[in-house]
Amino acid sequence: MFKRLERGGPTVRFRFEDEEIEAVEGESVAAALLAAGIDTFRTSPLGPARAPYCMIGMCFDCLVSIDGVENRRACQVAVAPGLSVRRQSGARRVG
Amino acid sequence: MRKVDVIVIGAGPAGMAAATHLAERGRDVVVVDDQRTPGGQIYRGAERNAASPARARILGADAARGAALIAAFRASGARYWPESRVWRVTAEREVSLTRNGRSETLGTPVVIAATGAMERPVPVPGWTLPGVMTAGALQTLLKGDGLVPAEPPVLVGSGPLLLLLANQLIAAGVAPAAIVETSVRPWAARGELSLVLEPVARRDLWRGLAMLAKLRRARVPHYRNATEIRIEGSRRAEAVSFVAGGRRQRIAASLFALHEGVIPAQQLSRSLGIAHDFDERHHAFGPRVDGRGESPIPGILFAGDCVRIAGAAAAEHAGRIAAISALRMLTADPALDAAALADEQRQLQAHARIQSLVDAVYPPPAMLAATPDETVICRCENVTAGELRAAVAAGCAGPNQAKSFLRVGMGPCQGRLCGPTVAGLIAEMQHRSVGDVGYFRIRAPLQPVTVGELADMQDA
Amino acid sequence: MPSRQPPTSLPSERFAVDVAVVGGGLVGSAIAWGALEAGATVALLDEGDVAHRASRGNFGQIWVQGKGEGHPPYARLTQRSATLWPEFSARLGVRTGIDVGFSQPGGLTLCLSEEELATRAAIASRLDAEGGSAGMAILDRDAVARMTPLPLGDSVRGASFCPADAHANPLALLRAFHLDIQAQGGAFIPHTSVEAVRAVRGGFAIATSAGEIVAGKVVVAAGLGSAGLAASLGLDMPVRPVRGQVMVTERAAPLGDFLFTGLRQTREGSLMIGGTQEEVGFDDGTANVAMRTMSRRAVASFPDIARLDVVRCWGALRIMTPDGRPIYQQSRRYPGAFAATCHSGVTLAAAHALVVAPSIVAGDLPHELATFSADRFHVQAA
Repeated sequence: MFKRLERGGPTVRFRFEDEEIEAVEGESVAAALLAAGIDTFRTSPLGPARAPYCMIGMCFDCLVSIDGVENRRACQVAVAPGLSVRRQSGARRVG
Repeated sequence: MRKVDVIVIGAGPAGMAAATHLAERGRDVVVVDDQRTPGGQIYRGAERNAASPARARILGADAARGAALIAAFRASGARYWPESRVWRVTAEREVSLTRNGRSETLGTPVVIAATGAMERPVPVPGWTLPGVMTAGALQTLLKGDGLVPAEPPVLVGSGPLLLLLANQLIAAGVAPAAIVETSVRPWAARGELSLVLEPVARRDLWRGLAMLAKLRRARVPHYRNATEIRIEGSRRAEAVSFVAGGRRQRIAASLFALHEGVIPAQQLSRSLGIAHDFDERHHAFGPRVDGRGESPIPGILFAGDCVRIAGAAAAEHAGRIAAISALRMLTADPALDAAALADEQRQLQAHARIQSLVDAVYPPPAMLAATPDETVICRCENVTAGELRAAVAAGCAGPNQAKSFLRVGMGPCQGRLCGPTVAGLIAEMQHRSVGDVGYFRIRAPLQPVTVGELADMQDA
Repeated sequence: MPSRQPPTSLPSERFAVDVAVVGGGLVGSAIAWGALEAGATVALLDEGDVAHRASRGNFGQIWVQGKGEGHPPYARLTQRSATLWPEFSARLGVRTGIDVGFSQPGGLTLCLSEEELATRAAIASRLDAEGGSAGMAILDRDAVARMTPLPLGDSVRGASFCPADAHANPLALLRAFHLDIQAQGGAFIPHTSVEAVRAVRGGFAIATSAGEIVAGKVVVAAGLGSAGLAASLGLDMPVRPVRGQVMVTERAAPLGDFLFTGLRQTREGSLMIGGTQEEVGFDDGTANVAMRTMSRRAVASFPDIARLDVVRCWGALRIMTPDGRPIYQQSRRYPGAFAATCHSGVTLAAAHALVVAPSIVAGDLPHELATFSADRFHVQAA
């Protein structure tokens, strides 16, 4: 869906579902996923598929699971080496 | 409880200007901001962008201006707390925030809230589909992450930001597939001709005309006064359809950017119970704040676009005005820096007048009345315009009853993306002004805070 | 700042009904709905968008456990309401299509110390001695662990359990009342304030901001706004606000049907965590100290809850009488004028609709209700 303006710069590798994604240091997880062509981030507890809308932490539509913690705003978290990111499926689980 | 001289909420132009002014005068200032770097939305990533020729070329003078402000802020000695989220401010000026996974409460004699603006929500059928974002989101990706759309997007809506984004995309080599403008009336500028005589206004007008010329040169299809907008697609957005020039048009694309202007971010001021006035011309609520940035609550000041939209340059002046007011409180000298204050106020007023020209050219969206019943208005809880209309017809008195009956505004965004729409739709059905209808009652937590963070608070 | 009200008009210029209920919260709405069911014509008067609305802040429990200690009629009324709830909520649900979310899994009061457990045991045995605790039982930690959806915190010692405890969605209940009252031909008149009530031949003339309503009977059920109107009708409603703070988390996946004192999962998935008992006058705000106290208890009970985000928090003002029990009373000076108030608008909703309302329509409160007269606060005067 998105492409990077510039090449180069230090990169970071992390996992999304079962694939490895290469991101640029300093990017948000949401940006890295959008640059990798991921266009659906979650299904809402009410069913429909959603993806980032506002990119500034307001809309809560970019929710993903990061390192086992569900419902995290992908636009508010910076990529880091080795992160394990998964789609958020419906409401988060407790316990 | 830890005490500091001043807490500034928000590290955009208003917050940075206020904090820089205060810290340079020896005050202990803490600036709390949710982003990873200073700049706010307007100057997001400005330090990095100013240093990159590719980005600086696209973002123009804004990145340089932002970088200069940030440099002064970083050198000022103000304490900068990034990735920190304020979830409560009390009238006693206790500020609760989460930071590094912990929650704490600070005390201060003066709070300067500079929480900025947000894009006016644009509820059209299909706006919740993946592939639909706000124009601001595209700018965030550009400024914050150096990303541009892989395929030409369609820009839909109204307002100067839409033109600016189109120009930035052209400069980045991804000219929009089309611009679909909803309400624009350039002739209205003629009514404000006296403004054109002002140097600051002339600069902005010239910039606007240059942007339009660039659009024409890039041969971007440009539709005006479009109505009946809907985003089509089942699993993701595939096309936008609308009526313009008397017939229905359809443009296929993979990305759609919506925008209908920006409005003050009012969660914090609402949560304090401060009265808000509805500006009919700008079609937005703003807190009742005086010319010195002072609210009716002693020691709680507001600065910048969170009061009234006037843009980044104006926000710097508003920030320094609030800083002078704060110094007056801290020194108990009500006449401190009178000349400097008057000068800042004069400059702020000049920018405010330009905004009135912008409001005239881009009138408030008339689309609410025409919002189809099936349109989702509350993205979190999937509440539709039709459900709200039915509840109002059955006697629902206002936004707060609507919230309790329909769950509209009860989700994690805490009503930010539906509040203006709910108030507007109720006003239309009840034939009242939006100001009369009022708004959701906003309460802490203003940002999500975990049960564990609350349980572990040292200072409550 | 309270907003002005939209214009409201009455169905006719001189609007006449059998029963007018002042107060569109859970108590007034249940009585208005019940009066319609009993065959009366009804008008329900409600305020605007911003009012003290205990019904909007309710925790949503039909709570029987421990109620009515020292006052068997209150225990019986509470238990009877819980018994009536399933049929009552089903009728409302079928009529309106609104699921009020009733379910009766039984309620647990977790005890985090031996002292708490002993206190609960004492309450159960006193209630049993007075005529019935509705099956309240004391469970040890292992028994509690088998009944709970999440791992227990280390400090949980046990719990008291009552199979009659249930929960429902108070907002859905209120909305169902309002919709069905209109569907059954009742007049729901929102955004209206009552200016004065005077006795006239055959009933009462109610002056409202929307015009005059003539009613054979008038019921004052305006919660904390009742006192002045009640006094003008010779009724005493000595109520005061007691704040209860409630926190609501983001939606979580269903944990199964369960119910605890101060913790329940709504149908939508949110966990509700509550509620404090604070004497702070009309301040319906929230405070960090109470949020911390509630959070600590929730985490001590179920450590996994710590990771959930709190998305909403409010303070609701309970309507408290001096002894905490309801007031139901007919005015001696103005027969036909009734007072009805309590702090258990959800628990007692079925009783208000199916027991209290028919008595009001009949014009006579039976002994089991007359014992809730406010005369009990003025023994000499009675």
